[in-house]
Amino acid sequence: MMLITRRADFSSSHFYWSDRLSPEENARVFGKCANRNGHGHNYTLEVTVRGEIDPVTGFVLDLKELKEILRREVVDAYDHRHLNLELPEFRHTVPTTENIAIAIWGRLRERIPGASLHRVRVYETPDLFADYYGEA
Amino acid sequence: MKAYLSRRYRICASHRLNVAAFSEEQNRLVFGKCNHPYGHGHNYTVEVTVSGQVDETTGMVCNLADLDGCVQTLLLDRFDHANLNRDPGFSRAVPTTENFCTLIFELLSGAFDRAALERVRVEETGNNFFELERKA
Repeated sequence: MMLITRRADFSSSHFYWSDRLSPEENARVFGKCANRNGHGHNYTLEVTVRGEIDPVTGFVLDLKELKEILRREVVDAYDHRHLNLELPEFRHTVPTTENIAIAIWGRLRERIPGASLHRVRVYETPDLFADYYGEA
Repeated sequence: MKAYLSRRYRICASHRLNVAAFSEEQNRLVFGKCNHPYGHGHNYTVEVTVSGQVDETTGMVCNLADLDGCVQTLLLDRFDHANLNRDPGFSRAVPTTENFCTLIFELLSGAFDRAALERVRVEETGNNFFELERKA
């Protein structure tokens, strides 16, 4: 079994706000991230897949194909977009780094032929990242 | 859904690797340039990984401000721009990065209760790092 990781980048804007909380609670919990005008990040996505090495090609899967899947399923949707306002998955869910990782898992699951999704890692900055392994 | 959140912090500190029970020659032999008498320093990077269920309202494993505050008080205020050999945590242990990583894990696991501490990784330089993971 081999793990393979591919990186991709997207730049998006977002803000943290929950309608279940009062404006005061939003400000207290989310701090400057609760500014409704939003702010942005250069995100880095790291997708790790797991599979057996094909004895003929020596590949677990064709990395060009994985790159194309990440572009089609994630980067084209998220890059230079406002996550709260333009992405259906964040209409009622706060686009924290944790939730972005979970949402990307949902976008990629079952869409990677020949390998299974092992981990989605999303870097909001080089010093902050979230990992999701598909756990309940 | 369970996710993992990681955050990186910087600590600049000095140390000297020396065991009192060893002879000068033994210390030089075992620790090499790390035994030079007046010590030396590193820009350490401490990567802290916590895990937990993503809160449905906040979208967070834990509030980053709580983790930052805990690390500030327990680690940065204590170790940043300090001499590790003078710290009580190293009164009986050599301040190798292995021992530093262990001390940091113990300090955080004893104090941070907003999420489960999964892993502490301490990078001494860009080329070496040490990790301690929660026992399964």
